[in-house]
Amino acid sequence: MKDLGRIGFSEDQATLLDVATDFCLRRSPVATVRHLMEAEAGHDPAVWAELGDLGWLGVAIPEAYGGSGLGLAEVVPLVEQMGRRLMAGPFVSTTLAAQALIAGGTEDQKREALPRIAAGEAATLALAELDTDWETDAIACTATRQADGRLALSGRKVLVTDADEARRIIASVRIDGTPALVLLTPDDLPAGALRRETVIDGTRRSFALTLDGIVLDPDRRFDPDRAVAALEHIHLAANLLAAADMVGGTQACIDYTLDYLRTRTQFGKVIGSYQALKHPIVDAYTRYEQARSHLYSAAHCFNEQGTGEIAVRMAKASADVAYSFAADRAIQFHGGFGFTWDCDAQLYRRRAIWHAAQFGDAAFHRKKLARLLF
Amino acid sequence: MSTVDPKDLADFSEQADAWFAENVARDPGFMLPLTFMEVGTDTQFNFLRDWQNKVWEAGYLGAAWPKAYGGGGLPQAFQIAATRAMRKRQGPIMLNAIGLNWAGPLLLEMGTEAQKQAHLKGILSAEDIWCQGFSEPGHGSDLGSAQTRAVRDGDHYVVNGSKIWTTLGRYAKYMILLARTDPSTERKYDGLSFFLMPMKAPGIETVPIRKLTGEHGFTQTFFTDAKAPADGLVGPEGGGWKVAMRTLEYERGARGGQAGGYVSVGANAFDVFELAQRTKRGGQPVLEDPLIADEMVGFLMEIQALTLNGQRTQVPELIADRPQGIPLASKLMGTEMSRRLNDFAVRLTGVRGAYFVDEPEAADNGLWARNYLNAFSATIGGGTSQIQANIVGEHVLGLPKS
Repeated sequence: MKDLGRIGFSEDQATLLDVATDFCLRRSPVATVRHLMEAEAGHDPAVWAELGDLGWLGVAIPEAYGGSGLGLAEVVPLVEQMGRRLMAGPFVSTTLAAQALIAGGTEDQKREALPRIAAGEAATLALAELDTDWETDAIACTATRQADGRLALSGRKVLVTDADEARRIIASVRIDGTPALVLLTPDDLPAGALRRETVIDGTRRSFALTLDGIVLDPDRRFDPDRAVAALEHIHLAANLLAAADMVGGTQACIDYTLDYLRTRTQFGKVIGSYQALKHPIVDAYTRYEQARSHLYSAAHCFNEQGTGEIAVRMAKASADVAYSFAADRAIQFHGGFGFTWDCDAQLYRRRAIWHAAQFGDAAFHRKKLARLLF
Repeated sequence: MSTVDPKDLADFSEQADAWFAENVARDPGFMLPLTFMEVGTDTQFNFLRDWQNKVWEAGYLGAAWPKAYGGGGLPQAFQIAATRAMRKRQGPIMLNAIGLNWAGPLLLEMGTEAQKQAHLKGILSAEDIWCQGFSEPGHGSDLGSAQTRAVRDGDHYVVNGSKIWTTLGRYAKYMILLARTDPSTERKYDGLSFFLMPMKAPGIETVPIRKLTGEHGFTQTFFTDAKAPADGLVGPEGGGWKVAMRTLEYERGARGGQAGGYVSVGANAFDVFELAQRTKRGGQPVLEDPLIADEMVGFLMEIQALTLNGQRTQVPELIADRPQGIPLASKLMGTEMSRRLNDFAVRLTGVRGAYFVDEPEAADNGLWARNYLNAFSATIGGGTSQIQANIVGEHVLGLPKS
């Protein structure tokens, strides 16, 4: 049997978990989350500025490029606590864009972009396309070399998060049939290139991006030799951070439901005393603990060849099942209130669905695991 | 006692490994029980009793128990090393589970000097087999309602009633017995007392219970004016509930002090994975079926999660919100997984899934079906999964009692 991973926890992780637990609790109470969902910007610029001041945007950026030189293992506790508080904002989009640059950018691109990202400039990825699966080479968009050497883009990207705020958008395309990554800035986008999408998770700001009409200088292309590896890296990093957000959300969703089960009375009894409710919430809880163990194994082993991929896919698959189940039951166990907009259970359920649709759901990752393990 | 010389420990480990490599019987010629609850024949019993005795005599069982009571008087690290070697060399289980794992440590903690002198060495040598008399026919998970009566009469108590699910009941020389000495207490728990009960006494009858596997592993034990010596009381009369609860802590592994070794070698997901890898259906490897592959991945993820859960309990920051959560839920998670896993293993064997133990064409001599049916012993015994879910719901998640 291959090495499936193991738990390890650094002092930096412990410190960041501690700080993030407190910060996210204070700065993202659910009333704020609901207010921001309805607001145009979708998040609080003051909180974003604070994240920059705390150095969180540079946690996984090397010191040579203005970061603190830690790794994604240290980003995991941050995102876990953000997910727990349903926090909004472009933190994960920006962190993943930085990972794309680190894994696949040219030296000039890294030198130009990474310090600015670490200092608080938002960035994002444009990878997903409709009617494909979540394989990293599922790319139909193209970039065609013109006679003048410039790259003419074509096709449409979807689920481009925080694209309206991003100072840099990293898009996957095919050049001469080969997967490639290119760097876009807002100035490259023709009017109307971005269309805000209505997505199931109201805390997100997501856009469709039409690439037709965009023409780039050739130096916008990432290092061609590392494009495929960079796409793999982004895929795993995105799933690791998604799992972190989902595990945090699962915990909060269970706690929210437990509050109700401990206080709501029906037929003269507190409903949490009924085993029809007690046993399934215990089931949700044990799935949560398993998902959290997978998460911190994936964080610890992320950089290990082979084991990292196995652990990340297990973490995402496990988190998907745990979050979906906990949130689905949360709606049901709140009864009539659970059917209303005001019950927070729906917020968790929507967030879980969003994550399943991004970078692969549980079934997708189990299928990949079968190929890795058998 | 407290300090361990690393070189001594390394030498001991090496010797233990060599000893088990030399002494573990490759093929005893019959199917060995995978757990102490499955000992069904005299052949199995005698083999395992001799094996335990041999391990103890070699110094690899009870290594950390005091020398005065038959132990090795060494630090716990030595017993851990011996158990590791036993497992590595796939030694058979230790037979006298109830003595080694719960009655023994209980006596070490709470027994009188005379009780320790009388019993501990026999537990280690397997000369005295122990059984447990907690559950009753009418009271399985609800131990506090035990009705077996014990009435004081001079230097002994007269016991009447019945206990059920007595593992090794046919073979046991002693039973740890929970009986009611006072039926009139306001709280039912206050009327219970805890006895070391001799089993080879007039008035005790053991009737074998045939398990769902067809084997005989348990007995029902009937007491008709049987005498329990008063000096066999553990704790005061009326203080038995507390002693029984402490016993359950030892039983569930929530408290240390056990003599060492292991008392079950349940199949794990990796054994089932190995089965899946060598199983073909219609000439094709069964893992090429995407539905079966998906299920197999699910089990590998689950057993990996349980392993990681154990590692995570060693990191205080990662269990800070509910420190008792994983320990209290681990029996529920582990035993239910094992039951479902063995069911999956039976299905993996396809047409052969219809066969049972002793059918020559059965896969692995019917091991998987037997494992599956036996897996219920763990989801029911020691508190059913439903009781475990109540414990987790109430003690970990703070829900009101059902």
